[in-house]
Amino acid sequence: MKKIISIITLVLAISSSVYAQGFLGKSEVHGSFEIDAMYYQADDALGITDSLINGNVFGFNAFADIIYTLGDFSAGFRYEAYLPPIAGFDRNLEGQGFPYLWASYTTGKFSFTVGNFYEQFGNGFTLRTYQEWTLGYDNSIVGARVIYEPIKGLIFKGVYGTQRYYWAKYEKNGRGIVKGFDGEINFNDVFSSLSNSKVRLILGGSAVSKYQSDQLKSLKLPQNVASFAGRFNLGIGKFNFSSEYAYKINDPSAVNNYIYKSGDAFIFSGSYSTKGLGVFAQFKRIDNMSFKSDHSVTSNALDINFLPPLIEAHTYMLAAMYPYATQPNGEMGFQVELTYKVPKKSKIGGKYGMGISLNYSQMNDIAREKANDTAYIGQTGTMGWKSDFFKFGEQIFNRDLTIEIDKKFSKNFKSIFKYIYQDYDIATILGHTGDPNVKANIAIVDMTYKFSSTKSIRWELQGLWTKEDKGDWAAVLVEYTVSPHWFFSVADQYNYGNKHSYEQIHYYTGSFGYTMQTTRFALTYGRQREGVVCVGGVCRQVPASNGFSVTISSSF
Amino acid sequence: MKKVLILSLALLIGGTINAQETQQGSKLPSVNVKTLEGETFNIQDISNNGKPILISFWALWCKPCKKELDAYNDNYEDWVEETGVKIYAVSIDDARSTAKVLPFVSGKSWEFDVLLDPNGDLKRAMSVNMIPHTFILDGDGNIVYQHTSYYEGLEDEIFEIVKKVAAGEDVSGKH
Repeated sequence: MKKIISIITLVLAISSSVYAQGFLGKSEVHGSFEIDAMYYQADDALGITDSLINGNVFGFNAFADIIYTLGDFSAGFRYEAYLPPIAGFDRNLEGQGFPYLWASYTTGKFSFTVGNFYEQFGNGFTLRTYQEWTLGYDNSIVGARVIYEPIKGLIFKGVYGTQRYYWAKYEKNGRGIVKGFDGEINFNDVFSSLSNSKVRLILGGSAVSKYQSDQLKSLKLPQNVASFAGRFNLGIGKFNFSSEYAYKINDPSAVNNYIYKSGDAFIFSGSYSTKGLGVFAQFKRIDNMSFKSDHSVTSNALDINFLPPLIEAHTYMLAAMYPYATQPNGEMGFQVELTYKVPKKSKIGGKYGMGISLNYSQMNDIAREKANDTAYIGQTGTMGWKSDFFKFGEQIFNRDLTIEIDKKFSKNFKSIFKYIYQDYDIATILGHTGDPNVKANIAIVDMTYKFSSTKSIRWELQGLWTKEDKGDWAAVLVEYTVSPHWFFSVADQYNYGNKHSYEQIHYYTGSFGYTMQTTRFALTYGRQREGVVCVGGVCRQVPASNGFSVTISSSF
Repeated sequence: MKKVLILSLALLIGGTINAQETQQGSKLPSVNVKTLEGETFNIQDISNNGKPILISFWALWCKPCKKELDAYNDNYEDWVEETGVKIYAVSIDDARSTAKVLPFVSGKSWEFDVLLDPNGDLKRAMSVNMIPHTFILDGDGNIVYQHTSYYEGLEDEIFEIVKKVAAGEDVSGKH
């Protein structure tokens, strides 16, 4: 490994110093880095004691990602360190090294990549590799990829390799080998007679297979598991429709309790868009579609495919309390959304206009029946279950109604009003076995007042009311910004409605930050609940903790 | 081997600094993105007839990004009139919400072009770590300015830079 890195770096170094002298002047180096450090404190109210921290008062995650380009050639690496990982990140990440090393060459119609790469076929039902630093997630493929574009509008992709599993090296008879192929045709590009047509059509298809040798004694597993998908995107004037269907042969795994049922996934989206108005509707069904390159893994790793959660994603503090996660063994549901801009200078819109958006989403379990008379539903070693494609299961995993109005009252003052109703299966999604669904009403007011062209103050008032789980919450946030450099903010989330008085906790935080172009420094002190937090102009996912956290990031 | 690595790194960094001194700024990478209609094209193919281009990375889940783009949209007409600048807003929404971007953008009445980068290929190639992240390109396609995060009023600062770029001034020394 070290040798490889050294050689790559040496080649890069020589070429970059040679070309930097101006012979070609086309070489470029750029990249980004980030350091996230935490200092933890004991906090009895949160149940964090000294013995629990056990001397582990620091968390340190850092990366540097460097890309080198010379004409059609590019190469790069990412260094990562988790010493030890910040709370909430997988403990398997502890360590440091270069988990991402690649080189690629693009010439006219071909593009070749060797080493680690990220790829997505269609919606990702058959294959998607990606990296998400804030989650500590990386399922990149190490191997080779070829992309071929014979003519405009026609793209073929082939991938081959194994996937990253934290820091563990690939070993014989270990995790599976992934092979994939994808093709896509854009009719309006390929056939010049259609280039100005109001009807736009794109068709695509993919096939992905994994090979993992069967080392299991108790069951006989298929060593090759294949999945296939077909998709289209059809635009007719202001209407747009897209759909994908994927099928996977039987793939007994720890996720589906080793059943021999095949899996499938279906998604259909339709939208109507015109200036000032957008209407969107979507249907989705997933049945036994977890696809990993190791059948024994259940954690967030080695996923070959991606099953998007189609529930409105919330970012306000309290609205993000109950986030939905896709249920790979089965879910079906729909989503509708309307976005409307009330025109400027109208009666309701006022001088600046007003934005209205409405979203409703629901996700249920699929309806399952016994596969045969002698086995129970989901029994290991059986066909698992039978399921009617069009029948919703009775269990509601998640329902969400969100209404948002944004309005600018004057040149200096604007506001966002939000109401959310959530019905959330906390037992299934967060594993709180036996707990009833959480039914919550959430109201949010977000106001911004601009003192001058660079200084402004923003405050949020939020309430979450529910009889279940931890009961009622109130939250407030005040943020003062001086563009383009500074932000200061304080926030508190108060669980005043908790049944247990000792759990009526204030989650207070104070933070400030400084930004200079693409370099950013931020310091936060206080208690943090798990969830997506957006302060001072950026959003990131933060785990629960108490203490100081520092983030330094830059890109160039 | 370690010595080779250290030496190479030193050379590499040295080379980089040299390279930066001799160049105006880097160019856009050769990466495919999608239009809202699903058409694939190479980001290097965008152009604005020698006028500046502004590229801003955003996502539906990013509130500050949407505020930034609202602010750009409020000023877009004036900006185009004065400098001829063209704005591309690159959404990094993944399969969870890519299909929602088109109706959302229409509902917002945003006037500029919106592109999709559903698996973050362009985001990675341009070393975008946090969003919002805004790039300004000069008339020759060189990246001459970058900024991450959005605060109320940042659009004024950004427009000052765009005006300078349009006038052919050097903005690299600006904070």
